[in-house]
Amino acid sequence: MSRPAPAGQTLPVQPGLGHSAGNAGRPAAALSGWCGSLRGALHAEWTKLRTLPGTIWLLAGIAVATVGVSVAAVAATRCPGGTCFTDTTKLSLTGVQFGQAVVAILAVTAFCNEYSTGMIRITLAATPRRSAVLAAKAVITGVLVLVAGTAGVLGSVLAGRLLLPGNGFTPANGNPLLSLAHGPTLRAAAGSVLYLALIALLSMGVAALLRDSAVATGVMLALLYLAPILVAIMVHSPHWQHRLDRWAPTIAGLTIQDTTNLRNLAISPWGGLGVLALWAAGALLAGGLVLHRRDA
Amino acid sequence: MTVLFGPDRHPTAETMTPGRSDTRAGSDSFGRVLHAEWTKFRTVRGWIIGLIVGVLVMVGLGLFVGGNVSIGCGTPNGPQLSGKACLPYIPIGPGGEPVTDSFSFVHQPLAGNGSITTQVTSLTGQYQVGHGNGPVAAPGQGIPVSMASGTEPWAKAGIMVKASTHQGSAYAAMMVTGSHGVRMQYNYTGDIAGLPGKASASAPRWLRLTRSGDVLTGYDSADGSHWTRVGTVTLTGLPSTIAAGLFTTSPEHVTVDPFSRRGNSVLTPSQATGGFGHVGLADGWTSGRWAGTAIGAGNNADYQVQSPGSARSYTQTGGRFSVTGSGDIAPVVAGRGSGFPTYNINQLLVGVLGGLIAMIVVATMFMTAEYRRGLIRSTFAAAPRRGRVLAAKAIVAGLVTFVAGLIATLIAVPVGARLAADKGEIVLPVSWLTEVQVVAGTAALLAVAAVLAVALGAIMRRSAAVVTTVIVAIMLPYFLCLTVLPEAAADWVLRLTPAAAFAIQQSVTAYAQVNATYSPTNGYFPLAPLAGFAVLCAYAAAALVLASFLLNRRDA
Repeated sequence: MSRPAPAGQTLPVQPGLGHSAGNAGRPAAALSGWCGSLRGALHAEWTKLRTLPGTIWLLAGIAVATVGVSVAAVAATRCPGGTCFTDTTKLSLTGVQFGQAVVAILAVTAFCNEYSTGMIRITLAATPRRSAVLAAKAVITGVLVLVAGTAGVLGSVLAGRLLLPGNGFTPANGNPLLSLAHGPTLRAAAGSVLYLALIALLSMGVAALLRDSAVATGVMLALLYLAPILVAIMVHSPHWQHRLDRWAPTIAGLTIQDTTNLRNLAISPWGGLGVLALWAAGALLAGGLVLHRRDA
Repeated sequence: MTVLFGPDRHPTAETMTPGRSDTRAGSDSFGRVLHAEWTKFRTVRGWIIGLIVGVLVMVGLGLFVGGNVSIGCGTPNGPQLSGKACLPYIPIGPGGEPVTDSFSFVHQPLAGNGSITTQVTSLTGQYQVGHGNGPVAAPGQGIPVSMASGTEPWAKAGIMVKASTHQGSAYAAMMVTGSHGVRMQYNYTGDIAGLPGKASASAPRWLRLTRSGDVLTGYDSADGSHWTRVGTVTLTGLPSTIAAGLFTTSPEHVTVDPFSRRGNSVLTPSQATGGFGHVGLADGWTSGRWAGTAIGAGNNADYQVQSPGSARSYTQTGGRFSVTGSGDIAPVVAGRGSGFPTYNINQLLVGVLGGLIAMIVVATMFMTAEYRRGLIRSTFAAAPRRGRVLAAKAIVAGLVTFVAGLIATLIAVPVGARLAADKGEIVLPVSWLTEVQVVAGTAALLAVAAVLAVALGAIMRRSAAVVTTVIVAIMLPYFLCLTVLPEAAADWVLRLTPAAAFAIQQSVTAYAQVNATYSPTNGYFPLAPLAGFAVLCAYAAAALVLASFLLNRRDA
């Protein structure tokens, strides 16, 4: 199948799919055309993702992996007595570090599947505005991850609330029950959900950039886990530790989970999440460009 | 249908030409399968690029870590030095390893052979309470306000025979410890247990050291009349005149930093006071004048709670002595925060995790690409024994990964160590056997991970799932252990998951007599190197068996 013309160029459009693909000279019309393409693409992507058998399992996997690892981490940590300074909110949200791997697979397969089956050529023939296709995929995956992530994060907070007092983290020694009514805890929980959605967008961008699911998964997992390990090992390079703490997507992004000792953070919680958002935006932009330029 | 492939390639017995043995034909056809798989691997440009990327990541990160260390150390007069300027202040023990050697020593020079006997009646101590971010008392500042009483488990008080009062010189000592009973220790790494229990006025401990040439023998006794030999050690090249006397020291108090985001330990200064009820020289040694010296005073500023060498560090009333000291007499261990910049060679191999990802991706595609392109049907038509195809793929992926990994580790370890040494780091010395274990073991770890990826590729067929499973199984547990998991949980994770294989990278020795954080971050693993590696091999073997079973059962 021949490569469809890039977005913004006049094309014969099938009725019902994006009403005006043409009018390249008029930005407003081009924008409304793009929005039309997006609407069609959103519907198409939603149908595709909804009917794939793996999607529901991966979404369940995000929630289960997040809650499971959180429960394990909470159960394994004890306050031996006296005053414990553990950030119990962050501890209860440990599972996000595992759930993010499942998020990455979901996003990467949502995109790369089309390349391995050749489906992408049909998709791009149906929606010639390739940026709209990528945007639709990103939106649908992001929303699904928000839902699954919310379930996982709420489950983790609940697990922390129920299990921590039994392990010695009682209000008596300075660890009040976890509660979403507590401002920083609410910020950490809501931020963790956003974090997972941003990881989905970042993965989507990387997938569009690399196309092959094995390579994209590998790169994503390296992005997720290499920097924290580097920081843990590079104890003798405080400058680089500080740089990684500020600019590595996952370390910076996860500062959103910190609720104690905020003065010692290398970057503020929302600032950290902002760094991850920059990474995600950069990856989506690069992925969009590659998608736009290359043959499908 | 078998005729299609000609008699030579025929792998099944019934069509074989008479006279050719089964095994001969078998090896012949396996060789062909192996050759076919090698050809497939070598001709896909992306896979070769993937391997090269893996090698570059491993070498690059290794050199980056080695070249970006920045270290500092305290000196006797106070100024902080950095980099190579620290080297002259680091004592090196008789075994060539960096050591900690600071304690209060009440001694006199003694020539020839003889023996020294003492009675330890008490060992008490206190440590500074602090939160890591708090100030550490500088030498001469006196005892900081927030001190808690408590004797460190490895606080030491006893008698010592030492080649000289220089840090790092050979010694043998009999001592009472805070909570590990009587010990005989020598040359920093040697440790022999004696009588259990603590010393007190009602239950004192009698200690004796006897010198005969290079040989020192330690005895202990609960009553001063019935003696038990604890150990005999040879201190090669001990000079004729040595320094002998009483000593006390107390290593830093270890707590987990409550404010650390990574659960780092905090070490706060501590000090101990040993009470000696009697000191006797005999068998050729006669008593002269005692002199008090604070060995290693100031070299590790964090050790000094009390102004060292001051009149207060020891008192003598008649035959009774009271000696107060702070520090340790022990090998430097990674993560001890000893004030010395030390480095493990396995820290230079952090890039292995990046290389691991690249090689797992390549090995996965080596298998899954066959399914994606439908090539698997031709492959199985050409070689109907599917288990052999799997074996050939596993061998090719494993060998190629091993060679690539070996190239990377052979560059990263020596060059990275050189870069770190140029920055003034002391790379903890290891025997050549340990170095081989780390360098070759790491390459083998990569190879087995690649085999696991090939096997899972045949089981799961989908690249993203396989790559994720292998990486999550090997890297994620290690990651969680380095970052969030508490030590007890981390120990179990590193015993049971495929991440146990990282134990093959352990190059440092854990010393029971040094209270330190023996965590994966510092290069210590709960399993022995080969045992940990065997865990990963078991997972790979199980996956291969399952893959071979499924390959034969399922349609391609």
